[in-house]
Amino acid sequence: MKIRKNIAISENGFIFNPMTGDSFSVNETGVYILQKLKDGGSEETILQNLMDEYELDTYTAEKDLNDFLSMLKSYQLITNE
Amino acid sequence: MNKRKITVAVTGLNNIDSPGPGIPVIRGLKESESLDVRIVGLSYETLEPGIYMHDLVDKVYQLPLPTAGSAMLKERLKYIVNQEKIDVLIPNFDAELHNFIKIQDELKTELNIATFLPSQAVFDERQKSELEKFGEKYGVKVPESYMINQVLEIRKLEETMDYPMVIKGRYYDAYIASSYEQASTYFYKVVAKWGYPVIVQEFVTGTEVNVTAIGDGKGSCIGAVPMRKLYITDKGKAWSGISLEDDELMDISRRVIENSKWRGGCELEFIKTKNDEYYLLEMNPRFPAWVYLANGCGQNHPEALVKMALGEEVQPFTDYQSGKMFIRYSYDQIVDISEFQQISTMGER
Repeated sequence: MKIRKNIAISENGFIFNPMTGDSFSVNETGVYILQKLKDGGSEETILQNLMDEYELDTYTAEKDLNDFLSMLKSYQLITNE
Repeated sequence: MNKRKITVAVTGLNNIDSPGPGIPVIRGLKESESLDVRIVGLSYETLEPGIYMHDLVDKVYQLPLPTAGSAMLKERLKYIVNQEKIDVLIPNFDAELHNFIKIQDELKTELNIATFLPSQAVFDERQKSELEKFGEKYGVKVPESYMINQVLEIRKLEETMDYPMVIKGRYYDAYIASSYEQASTYFYKVVAKWGYPVIVQEFVTGTEVNVTAIGDGKGSCIGAVPMRKLYITDKGKAWSGISLEDDELMDISRRVIENSKWRGGCELEFIKTKNDEYYLLEMNPRFPAWVYLANGCGQNHPEALVKMALGEEVQPFTDYQSGKMFIRYSYDQIVDISEFQQISTMGER
């Protein structure tokens, strides 16, 4: 999973995709995941980070992360490369 | 820096809910860093808001409607240049362009008015009715489209084309029809306003993206900025939009401008499908009403056009800013009846 080229992520959770002109707002957890993705983190590492940071069990963390990633994909914010 | 003083005549002062490009073009010119531009507005109707915008339009003359023909237009322009010198004229309406293109050489030689328009052949090539040939020639995908003159021809098209279909006028207007009943209603609506033929086009699903561009007529694309509409009025006009960063769209647009040797400003309207394919829906032969966004992104297209019209070499813009937005607003001007009377009775103010 990689964030698409040139996607702008601000600290307060505002995301802008200059290719489509779409903009989004995400919460603190969303920014956390996006930042990890931007830093090149793998899905496994991010899952572990989420569990540690938010004290989540594997099932909940995996479900939430997958939901979020599929949403990012549907909005063309990430690619599988 | 000393700015060069010139006078530019501009049409399309109808800054209404379906706006003409005149006022945005003028704003670009007024912001030129090298030209000090006096604006002569050319209007067709007495309630075009631009007529009364004194801070942007210095003088206004009415023009005969395009249906009066190029001879009448030339006569009127002869009168205008007897009042004051016009260095460059920028027509901004699709319907008037034919007349201006026809007399562009005479305007230069007889009235010393420079224009920067395509030749009739290049202009005709991108007519809505010729879109398929245009797409084939310049390697750009276009939706299937047919020209019809009788409503019954829609029935025949149903054999090869599914609903929804797009019913379009030859100059403006497009309606999406989901049934024969709707298609026939729109057919008559379009005929009443724009005459024959009516264009029936395949409906391509996706996101509309538009490009404002300018070509030098010798095969160079001087500038191009892509935009997506963020808010659309009930007339389908952009009330807000944002500049995009899309390399493929820019490549396609440049290819069209360069290969067609387009001369002047234009707007390319595309649909980007889910599979990232681009379909050219239309090439409008003049600047769009949102051309001022290009200025906001770092490319002053109206200024570049005026310079080229004056015979100057203009270097192509190499960059623009994405993520710049335009947001339109409406504004009530208070005008005294005497001014309205002046333009109504004298044809100038």
